[in-house]
Order: sequence, then C-alpha cells, then structure tokens
Amino acid sequence: MEKKLILRGILAGAVAGLLAFVFARIFAEPQIAKAIDYESGRDAAQNALDKAAGMPVEGHEHELFSRTIQANVGIGAGMILFGMAMGALFAVAYAVCLGRTGGLRPRSLALLVAGGGFLGMYLVPFLKYPANPPAIGHEETIQQRSALYLIMVVCSVAFLAGAVYLGKRLQARFGNWNATLLAGAAFVVAIGIVMLLLPQFGHLSYNKANFGNQATETPLPLKDAKGTIVYPGFPADVLFNFRFYSVAAQLVLWTALGLIFAPLAERLLQPVRPDSTTPSKEPDPVPA
Amino acid sequence: MSSISTSRPVSTPVVLPISKSIVWLVGTALIALAVYYFVGVDQGAVSVFGNDMHVHEFVHDARHFLGFPCH
Repeated sequence: MEKKLILRGILAGAVAGLLAFVFARIFAEPQIAKAIDYESGRDAAQNALDKAAGMPVEGHEHELFSRTIQANVGIGAGMILFGMAMGALFAVAYAVCLGRTGGLRPRSLALLVAGGGFLGMYLVPFLKYPANPPAIGHEETIQQRSALYLIMVVCSVAFLAGAVYLGKRLQARFGNWNATLLAGAAFVVAIGIVMLLLPQFGHLSYNKANFGNQATETPLPLKDAKGTIVYPGFPADVLFNFRFYSVAAQLVLWTALGLIFAPLAERLLQPVRPDSTTPSKEPDPVPA
Repeated sequence: MSSISTSRPVSTPVVLPISKSIVWLVGTALIALAVYYFVGVDQGAVSVFGNDMHVHEFVHDARHFLGFPCH
C-alpha cells in the first residue's frame, strides 16, 4: 500500500511541478529578467565609479549556462524535480496520517496534507525570509542565509506535525473544533518565538559591517563619492511581483498536488465493495 | 459526535502499520530530501561536488523562485 501511495505522490508531484513551471515561465521569468537587467546596470555603474576612483574593476563573470537555457530548461527541471520531491514527502506524510488523524475521507486528508506542505515547506518560512529575485543577496552571506532558511523550514514542519499530534491529544477533552483551534494557536506561538529569535538577513555581521543597519539585503541606491545617487535602489514593483508570483506558484504546486492525489488515493483506499449498511449513491468504483 | 462518526464508515479506511512500511517511508523521505537539497541548496552554502557550479547555475531561476536563498 505504501508503495502505491508513494508512486502516486511522485506522479502527482511531477504534474504539479510541471504546472508550476508553466506558471513560472509566463509570470516569473519577465520579473527575473528585469532583476538581472537591474543587476547588470548596477554592476556597470559600480565599475564606472571604481574606474573613476582608480580602483581595480572586476571582470565579467563567465556563464556556465546561457540565460535562455536557465529561463526555459533549468527552471523547468528545477520546478519538476522539486514537485516530485514534494510529492514523495507528501505521500510519506499522507501514509503516516492515514487513519491516525480522525474521521477524514481519503481525499479530504489529501487536501489537508497538501495544505500542511504548503504552509510548512514554503509559506511560513517565506513569512520570515521571503523569496528574493536575482540581484538581491550577498554572496558572502549565502551560508548563513541558507542555514537560517532551512532552520525555518525544519521548525515549521516540525511544529506543524507537533500541532497535529497536540490536536489529537486535546480532542478527547475539548472536542474537535476547540482542539484544532488550540493546536493552531500553539503552532503560531511556537513559530512566532522562533521567528523573533532568528536574525533578519540584513542584521548578519557581514551586512552590518558593510551596509549599515538595514533589515534586508535589498540593494539601496548606489551613490558616488559626493553622495549623489547614480543608480537607483532595487525597483519595488519588481520585488513585489516576484514574491507575489513566487507564492502563487507554490499555491499552484501544492493545490495541484493535493487535487491530483486526492482521487487517486480515494480509489486506492475506498473499499471496492461498498458497505452493505450504507448503500452508495455513486456507481461502484472500478477496481484499479 | 459519536452518532456522526458511526454513520460514516468511510472514515479511517486503512491504518498503515508503520513498522512494516518504515523502510519505504524513510527511504522515500531521504531520497526526496536529497532532491530538495540539490534543487535548493547544493553549490551555494555547501557543495558535494567541490567548486563546480553546474547544478547551481542550471536550476538558478527555480532556486530563486522557490524561495531558497541564493547569491
């Protein structure tokens, strides 16, 4: 049974990743292109400033893959692989939750687990460390930023699992509704404490030393020696659009994952012979 | 509460014995996490292929868009 569930999860994840890729290709790539244009323009302005000041100018980075490959093939491969990985994790979580999380139909459980995946693997970490387009993010802090992001992911997923367990424990005493609310509140408090304790990216020691007291790594306007702005800060509209589409793409991915997996699981798990005490109004399911 | 649940025999259809399926569940989860790592993290903060940047550059846009920190 678990093998069948895992296979279906990976398949559903692949389709979900493909849909998210189509979404990304249409909506995200223009924003990514604008961000890269900004970065190139800013580098050129910085080089001109350095040259005028008699400082050595950095050479252009050589590219392993062209932008065409990155924007059409690489992002597709990345999104589909991500979808398959999430589909596999989803199926594992589903198999563990099955029959242990109260009276849920197989397909309702599929949507709930997908919702949990969206929250734990993406949205809650995003609230603390939102997605950033190219041009935002200092190479020198990538290790710390990755570690902090993964801490958020691990805490979100662990606390969500803990909240489900807590809800089950409280159910006998407080009933379904109140137990769910209490477990949800416990999750919000626990993850809120972690979010308060973790630093902002802009407050990492390297950033404080080089860029002053900023909350994020979003590029500020570039100024020359006299303090005149020679190149603007990162465009706010591009940043908003990129993040908005990033959330939307994950919503597409997890919704598709849940909706594709739900009927597959229902078919797999629903007894082939309907219970004699409750005659089904629907036609008998076709044995898979 | 109980009257509702007894009238819905469709609920809790199967409970998978974790002890029997543990190998498949844990194995799948580990492989999925490895894929998650290669799409999201490898050749950025830490790298299993040394200084090579092919994986990073290839999935570059996906990495940004999926919310992972990137250079």
